[in-house]
Amino acid sequence: MTNISNTAPLKEQSIATDVNGAKVTEQDYIELYEQNYELIKKNSAKALNLIREKGFENFKEFGFPTPKLESYKYTDIREPLKVDYGLNFKRLNFPINTSEVFKCDVPGVSTHLYFVVNDTLLAADNKRNKPLPEGVIITSLSEASEKHPELVEKYIGKLSENQKDEMVYFNHAFAQDGFFIYVPKNVQIDGPIQIINVLRADVDFMLNSHNLVIIEEGAKAQVLVCDHTRDDVRFFSNRVTEVFVKENATYEHYKMENVSTKTTDVTSLLIDQEQNSNVLGNLLTLHNGITRNNVEIDLDGENCETYLCGIVLSDQNQATDNHTSIIHNQPNSHSTALFKYILDEESKGGFTGRLYVAKDAQKSLAYQTNKNILMKRTAKMRTKPQLEIYADDVKCSHGATIGQLDENALFYLRQRGISEKEAKTLLMYAFAADVLEHINISALKDRMKILIEKRLRGELTRHEGCMLC
Amino acid sequence: MLQIKNLHASVNGKEILKGVNLTVNKGEVHAIMGPNGSGKSTLASVITGNPAFEITKGEILFEGKSINDLAPEERAAEGIFLSFQYPIEIPGVSMVNFMRASINDLRKSRGEEPISASEFLKLMRKKKELIEMDSQLTNRSVNEGFSGGEKKKNEIFQMAMLDPKLAILDETDSGLDIDAIRVVANGVNKLKTPDNASILITHYQRLLDYIIPDFVHVLSDGKIVKTGDKELALELEEKGYDWLKG
Repeated sequence: MTNISNTAPLKEQSIATDVNGAKVTEQDYIELYEQNYELIKKNSAKALNLIREKGFENFKEFGFPTPKLESYKYTDIREPLKVDYGLNFKRLNFPINTSEVFKCDVPGVSTHLYFVVNDTLLAADNKRNKPLPEGVIITSLSEASEKHPELVEKYIGKLSENQKDEMVYFNHAFAQDGFFIYVPKNVQIDGPIQIINVLRADVDFMLNSHNLVIIEEGAKAQVLVCDHTRDDVRFFSNRVTEVFVKENATYEHYKMENVSTKTTDVTSLLIDQEQNSNVLGNLLTLHNGITRNNVEIDLDGENCETYLCGIVLSDQNQATDNHTSIIHNQPNSHSTALFKYILDEESKGGFTGRLYVAKDAQKSLAYQTNKNILMKRTAKMRTKPQLEIYADDVKCSHGATIGQLDENALFYLRQRGISEKEAKTLLMYAFAADVLEHINISALKDRMKILIEKRLRGELTRHEGCMLC
Repeated sequence: MLQIKNLHASVNGKEILKGVNLTVNKGEVHAIMGPNGSGKSTLASVITGNPAFEITKGEILFEGKSINDLAPEERAAEGIFLSFQYPIEIPGVSMVNFMRASINDLRKSRGEEPISASEFLKLMRKKKELIEMDSQLTNRSVNEGFSGGEKKKNEIFQMAMLDPKLAILDETDSGLDIDAIRVVANGVNKLKTPDNASILITHYQRLLDYIIPDFVHVLSDGKIVKTGDKELALELEEKGYDWLKG
């Protein structure tokens, strides 16, 4: 672990890599923070400094999470946290040619396209992007902190500071930037905002970023976040995204992950919904190393609609944990959670579906489903519904299954001349299909269908991950 | 076309077929009747290669060649088709994709080119008319939400699309009302040619009013105990299966 001081990081300065092969510990990060505190602050979005010290104090007290904690039972990131990563406190630019990395093209689709290299949002290509409606802001959190301090400071940390989560504490201590999206009242953005996260470094690298999204009253936005890795090094990515969805607003968040097996991705997606708002979250994990998606959606108004879903396709030693909480604080809201996993080889899956219905949240409707297919005996799935219901007039259900492909269905397809391999692909695809139906961007849906088919056939390459660029 | 010699087969170690002999020639319709649990559906599964069943003894020859060791899809490529007693619902796979995958994989294994999109659509339209199949059904996922009658009709539609040499219809009449039986039977009759053959597996004589068999076999306790013409079916209807056991 070291602060990268130029584009070629100074590995030799690393405090942790000694001859005994000692691994990086929490204490090393505490020292790193204390030694570089001024540097971190100076090069940070100003708003993030408001929550930094508390984050650090919490990190000092609680340290890194281990599977002994109930909330991290299915996420084991102890090993990746011992890796000697570089951190870019000086926020030096990492050269990247975006058009070269992402050549693929899906005709007939236009997104508002942005690249984030590690934690740095690059300037938009205004020749390519259609102009945004007036008042919409898409920029880095640093710039937003300078130009719109009243907005940023009002919201930053409002959701994440309530999280009792070790990786969020750590993020607060170290994050320096992220993206900022603001959609003003009654503005509906035509076409999705696409954020392509590119992890780019020449050495093992860790980044912490903090994003902020504000969707004002009656506004509408779709955000598609695509995660990619560019280099064959170990990455540790720890991102916090806070989303505020105001009255009558609509927000859709798609996370499409196609990264190398050497990547550890910890994502905290925290969404607050006001009354009559509508939120769709869809987490598509196509290829990864270790992934922890921590999603919390607070329904803080009446008549909210929430649909949270996801697909996990994994093999090798990949591990994915979707840790979800949907919190009904007010009456008459409706939430659904639907997660499907197809796990092959030695891969592992975890799902926690926490559902909280407060005493006053009468007439809540909440449904939760987690279905899983294990292709081999060596694959493992852990699933846990966690319902806490304090109201007495609600309809809540949950269900989880773990099984194999249906032998009768397989025989049916093969009897029609379809090869065993093709029949399995068809059935796996069919299993995942209903999650794909919850993609409201038709070009993305079509592209996902192709990518999922390729993934199931083992033909997906890393460069194919970009969806609509 | 099909020759079954002294066929013994078991599932989970339990012997169900105990020496079946059967010969089916081109242009023939055979009916296999018998009480519950006599092995009728097992026979259909074993001929089509369901991996849940194991052949312990005997041989199945199709056009002179042993198919004992062929995979289900290889037997399908040889021209053997099974209309399932309980067609499987496959949500998320459209009928169109299913049929196209099926036809193209069958063509591939026969060394033929994949079917063109326009040719495929033409074929679909033609066969839907032949079977009097509701157009909407082929736009849906395979069998998903289909009624019992629609599922069976869909089996006959697939049979029409794939044009097999040997079709085995497993309890195609079960659960159908008279109108549905007539539609299904009409479909089967229209598909009959001097070059193909079919085996109807049924409990009741009813279906045989619409599809006239050349031979009727009675399967009991894993063996064919009696063979006759269509009169045998009527006799069974009158006297029941116990009449043969004595």
